[in-house]
Amino acid sequence: MRGYAGKFLEVDLSTESVKETKFSDEILRQYIGGRGLAVKILWDRLGDKWETVDPLGPENILFLFTGPLTGFAPGARLCVSGKSPQSNGVVGSTLGTELAIDLKCAGYDGIIFTGEAEKPVYLFIKDSDVEIKDASHIWGKDSKETLKILVKEGREELRNRYKRPGLWKDPSVVYIGPAGEKKSRLAIVAAKWVHAAGYGGYGAVMGSKKLKAVVVKGTGPLPDVDDMERTMKIADEILKINFKRTVFRRWGTGYAGYDVGASLSSEPVRNWQEEWHDEKSFGVDQFERIWVKSYWGDFGCPTTCLKVAVIKSGPLKGAITDNPDYENQAYLGTNLGIFTPEGNVYMTALIDDLGLCGIQTGNVLGFAGELYQRGILTKEDLGFELKWGDVEAFASLTRMIAERRGIGDILAEGTYRAALKISEMKGVDALKYAVTSKGIGIGAHGIRSEEDYPGYESYACSVQGGDHTSIAKLPIDHGNSELRVILYDSGVFCWFNFFDADAQELIWGLLEAVTGWKITPEDWFGTAARRILHMQRALLLLGGPDVRWKPESDDNVPARWYEPLGKGPHKGKAVDPEKIKKARSEYYEAIGWDEKGIPKSEELRRLGLEDVDKRMEELRKSA
Amino acid sequence: MSETEHIWIARDYSKCSGCRRCEIVCSLSHEGKIWPEASRVRVFMLVPGIEIPHLCVQCDDYPCVDACPVDALSIDRETEAVIVDKEKCTACGRCVEACPGKIPYMHPTENYAVICDLCGGEPKCVEACAEGGWYALETIKREDIPTFKLYAKTPEEITKNVIVKLYGEEWKEVV
Repeated sequence: MRGYAGKFLEVDLSTESVKETKFSDEILRQYIGGRGLAVKILWDRLGDKWETVDPLGPENILFLFTGPLTGFAPGARLCVSGKSPQSNGVVGSTLGTELAIDLKCAGYDGIIFTGEAEKPVYLFIKDSDVEIKDASHIWGKDSKETLKILVKEGREELRNRYKRPGLWKDPSVVYIGPAGEKKSRLAIVAAKWVHAAGYGGYGAVMGSKKLKAVVVKGTGPLPDVDDMERTMKIADEILKINFKRTVFRRWGTGYAGYDVGASLSSEPVRNWQEEWHDEKSFGVDQFERIWVKSYWGDFGCPTTCLKVAVIKSGPLKGAITDNPDYENQAYLGTNLGIFTPEGNVYMTALIDDLGLCGIQTGNVLGFAGELYQRGILTKEDLGFELKWGDVEAFASLTRMIAERRGIGDILAEGTYRAALKISEMKGVDALKYAVTSKGIGIGAHGIRSEEDYPGYESYACSVQGGDHTSIAKLPIDHGNSELRVILYDSGVFCWFNFFDADAQELIWGLLEAVTGWKITPEDWFGTAARRILHMQRALLLLGGPDVRWKPESDDNVPARWYEPLGKGPHKGKAVDPEKIKKARSEYYEAIGWDEKGIPKSEELRRLGLEDVDKRMEELRKSA
Repeated sequence: MSETEHIWIARDYSKCSGCRRCEIVCSLSHEGKIWPEASRVRVFMLVPGIEIPHLCVQCDDYPCVDACPVDALSIDRETEAVIVDKEKCTACGRCVEACPGKIPYMHPTENYAVICDLCGGEPKCVEACAEGGWYALETIKREDIPTFKLYAKTPEEITKNVIVKLYGEEWKEVV
């Protein structure tokens, strides 16, 4: 096996036991790593009882996986997965962190966590030395404090235990904040203050397992590859393509906080009541005022799209975060009626510190804002007024969510589940205001204007619900299609360095140079990626235990998007229900699902997924 | 004054993107592998956003060379870089103790110290940094003033300086 370290760590937190696990060449060739392999393991281990597995119970499995291309394809990431407490399916959720590199350099392709610890713990890894350590002193601490303590402790441990002359570099760390500890379904697995595996809600899974953090120092090289010269040659071509990019390098996605609203009319404004704005106060030139670093990135990245922003004066002084990126600008800015860089940076730094997802939290905050606007939630429910643009009020509500205080306890369940609960409490249909798909708050790229990259099928048919980084798209080998993104999430590297069509073409050669496996686009889009997608779809449809999805009603876009846009150049445009139905049918047909959205028997059998077919037969009967 | 021109790797930490391309090209060039822990330049990140590429500054008085009990360290005539004789070095760590910035460290699997050799005069790390337009590391002409040695500082000391510049005075105590 080339490109792989060759073994995985399996940590049972209930019994505090650690062992090494290997997967066959055949399994790895089929499922690669990251998202693909996580889906396969979940199917094998939990598939037959999926509906009863509580994502926040000890039965769930949590994965921190690299892939064979991690460290070789420019822009290293780590894939977090398991049964998602948001969708009750599986999400491959990736984040930028050097932990992916340290892990491979320590000799592991990934970590599989099972069970749940009795008291808070963290995992410490130095090459083959693996230890489950007490984390009671950091339980309850925010992200910045947690990381500070763990970097210091980690270096002390390395210094004391391994008497090697010279300074030890910092180990890398992924962790959860207070929101994860409180099992908020909006909680992230985080790294480096601002990096998040957000979609999926795996911070809550870590919290349920009482696993505060993972700290790794690997001192070996990255694993051997099949053809190093060719690997580095192709990697270099991909680098060069990305060095030529201007917008993403110069401004990151942060140019879009203004641009997507003003030019595409697809940015959430006040809980998606609008998708257009022309607020020049929110231009990236105004953000640039508070940047202290213009390029920031992760291991091997040519783009370095992050920028570091610090508020150095005024009432919000002290907040530090990245630019913010577009999603956080939209969800913790325009979606809350906040149009100042300071307000947005403050909110973004706050969710970082609490370990909350900017998208999911901004989605539920916007939802609460609209319920307040409509008088469904009142000052009595909240303890204060919640007016659009009021940074302090939204910040207070964010803290209540992280701590599960008052109404925050309901909102911590995420927009979809909160809507169900509030509908019941207030005797209204709050789902009308929930902008979600399959329990996942939808990324900040709307479809009503038809100007942005997602289409009608994108969120309705994605196996990761509202995830804007994994959208359904036709043709199935489209540059943004879900089958293509499965390759990035399974090889585990950053999507952002592969927007360019030439870079996308280079990936097959890189995959071969690293692994020695010749996987053609035809193999991938026709076979390998489909296996992963169908298994993800099957697990999403099996769902449970608290909510399940029916394709007929849930392969759809939120009710909000059937309402016409009220402002801007695309005023009056709304989603046409017939168009959604048509797009959905076309997608089902192209991908191999029947007219009810269930993977077809012949398709599953063609791919050797007889066991999946058996479980789908139960659904076909009841559909 | 020396007759040949010598280079020096100037460092502007506030420009470091943390991409660690320097570690990648350095380890590829010296080890034939991507190996951050064996790179002659190591990027410390004691606080996120404060990335510190840590590498030899070629002190004018070379305390590491003086401190070596087995004469494993020498000064390259062409570049004035410190050269480690892998056969002679015993990995005793005296060079680390002698270095004002505690910059040398031991190879993770072999028994010798690793120190930046300036790639014979054309440092790969500088090329990689320039290619990406970051310019945290830049080659400049070395002159005969003691200032260069001042850059031999520990990652903790450097982080303290940079963090005050980037994040503000109140962050000084964090490191």
